[in-house]
Amino acid sequence: MSTAKTPAATRQGGPPFVMALPALLLFALFALVPMAIVVYLSFTQWDGLGSPAWAGTDNWREALTSPVTRHALWLTVKLMVLSWVVQTPLSLLLGVFVAGRQRYRALLAVFYFVPLLISTAAIAVIFKNLLDPNFGLGAALNLPLLNQNWLGDPQLAFYAVVFVIAWQFVPFHTLLYQAGARQIPASLYEAASIDGAGRLAQFWHITLPQLRYTVVTSSTLMVVGSLTYFDLVFVLTGGGPGYATRILPLDMYITGFQSNEMGLASAISVVLVVAGLLLSLALLRFSGFNRMRSQQAGM
Amino acid sequence: MSALSHAPTTDSQTRPAPMTAGTPGRLARLRRTNPLGALGGALWLVIVLVPVYWVLVTSLRTREGFFDANPLALPTSPTLANYRLVWDNGFTHYLLNSALVTVGATLLTLAVSFLAAYAIVRGTSRALRWAFSVFLLGLAIPLQATIIPVYYLIAKAQMYDTLLAIVLPSAAFAIPLTVIILVNFLRDIPDELYESMRADGAGHWRMLLNLALPLSRPALITVTIYDALNVWNGFLFPLILTQSPDKRVLPLFVWSFQGEFTINIPAILAAVVLSTLPILALYVLGRRQLIGGLTAGFGK
Repeated sequence: MSTAKTPAATRQGGPPFVMALPALLLFALFALVPMAIVVYLSFTQWDGLGSPAWAGTDNWREALTSPVTRHALWLTVKLMVLSWVVQTPLSLLLGVFVAGRQRYRALLAVFYFVPLLISTAAIAVIFKNLLDPNFGLGAALNLPLLNQNWLGDPQLAFYAVVFVIAWQFVPFHTLLYQAGARQIPASLYEAASIDGAGRLAQFWHITLPQLRYTVVTSSTLMVVGSLTYFDLVFVLTGGGPGYATRILPLDMYITGFQSNEMGLASAISVVLVVAGLLLSLALLRFSGFNRMRSQQAGM
Repeated sequence: MSALSHAPTTDSQTRPAPMTAGTPGRLARLRRTNPLGALGGALWLVIVLVPVYWVLVTSLRTREGFFDANPLALPTSPTLANYRLVWDNGFTHYLLNSALVTVGATLLTLAVSFLAAYAIVRGTSRALRWAFSVFLLGLAIPLQATIIPVYYLIAKAQMYDTLLAIVLPSAAFAIPLTVIILVNFLRDIPDELYESMRADGAGHWRMLLNLALPLSRPALITVTIYDALNVWNGFLFPLILTQSPDKRVLPLFVWSFQGEFTINIPAILAAVVLSTLPILALYVLGRRQLIGGLTAGFGK
């Protein structure tokens, strides 16, 4: 607290606030200040090159009534929920499974990690070609179930996106659950075994409750992360076919950087920010994430 | 906030459970067979590896070979011509750009985050607790939502279309999670160690460099890998903050390459493989570090 320069040996208080300042400043400049700017820009007309001109609430009226943006918001929510529902059980089960000490499970974990090494752009490029109805995997394997126009059919494209996102992100969450599961004291299982609890009961009454912080951490990252699936969808489908995969960040990008309506795009950004903050606050309150103390809780 | 406390121990103490972790019991539990799990695990392995395998074999095919071969068969006449094509399209230049951006942003993130994490853990002031809350909330800010104002700021600062324009916001967005992970780790360093150093007359900088830094090595390795991967793979900031081909980083290169060579799928996939190789090499070398880093400090 004291900023006066005292000899180190006699200083009683903690380290000075200044030490946290570089991180705070850098973060503020590119994350907090932009929040203010984006609100300002949402009340202007700007093509991205000249100077923004005040436009009152025009953008807001348009953003809030536009069916495209409303649809994008709906798709974003749908993508968030669906991604969570698909990825959480999958990563939890896989993570607990590879937490076992058998050698083959450790080996499995090594391979599971592979998608994490590939950039989002590359993953999108891979699946764009892999899912191609003429030259992709499904066509040549002659499996009617797999041989669909995954990315060209408005009904299917959204689910194809959910699948590719899971392919990309399940590895990371598996790793979180693996680390979490390895921390559960064996004594708990021992006691349960003595009490005659079966494997399912042990999973339900020990593994799951013990992993609750990991579930919270993983879910928080997943839910907040789902607002940021821009790159993948951008390269994979470009938001199409039609508007079938035009999620909110994509709607914002297309409005801002392709139609050069930065003001309107800023209004969409604000919606995105508010959604992100509300979600996180809800998760914080709901889970007590900010009261966590230990390393285990954090990771 | 005792240094050695962590959630499971605390929980087992509040429950009527045995306090000792018996080694035989642990082994017995961990080595049970689980056929259903094995089946599921194998299925996911197939889902993960088939696309990867497909990319590898296809990248070795000739353009003609691609259209008439079974996509999963080994190429009849494997060729490296696709890799040659990618290489000749300026690959090394983009590789260098990516390396510069990644190293710059990661070092910057680590330096400022470590200082902040140390101050937050050791500090007592209200301002520092407030700073920690800022970072916690910061996790919630979607990077996408800031691209227009970040673009605005970068353009105003005359940094548009430079590598620095990618480094600064990339580092800024890596800070919150990095600080939080480091804080969680630093909290487990016992107070007594600091006290004994303080008794020897050490100030905060010496404690930070000679005690906190070496002891948090595993956490630092974890966040380094995590942050570096994120920056290396970053697409959006390069997309909106740079323009000229010679400022491209690898993900942008892969994207533009597939736009240019739309029908030459083997070449596109060769670009994918080449752009992934550096990370794959690091993973092979540093896997133990990464897994160890993620799990280190749990069960001292």
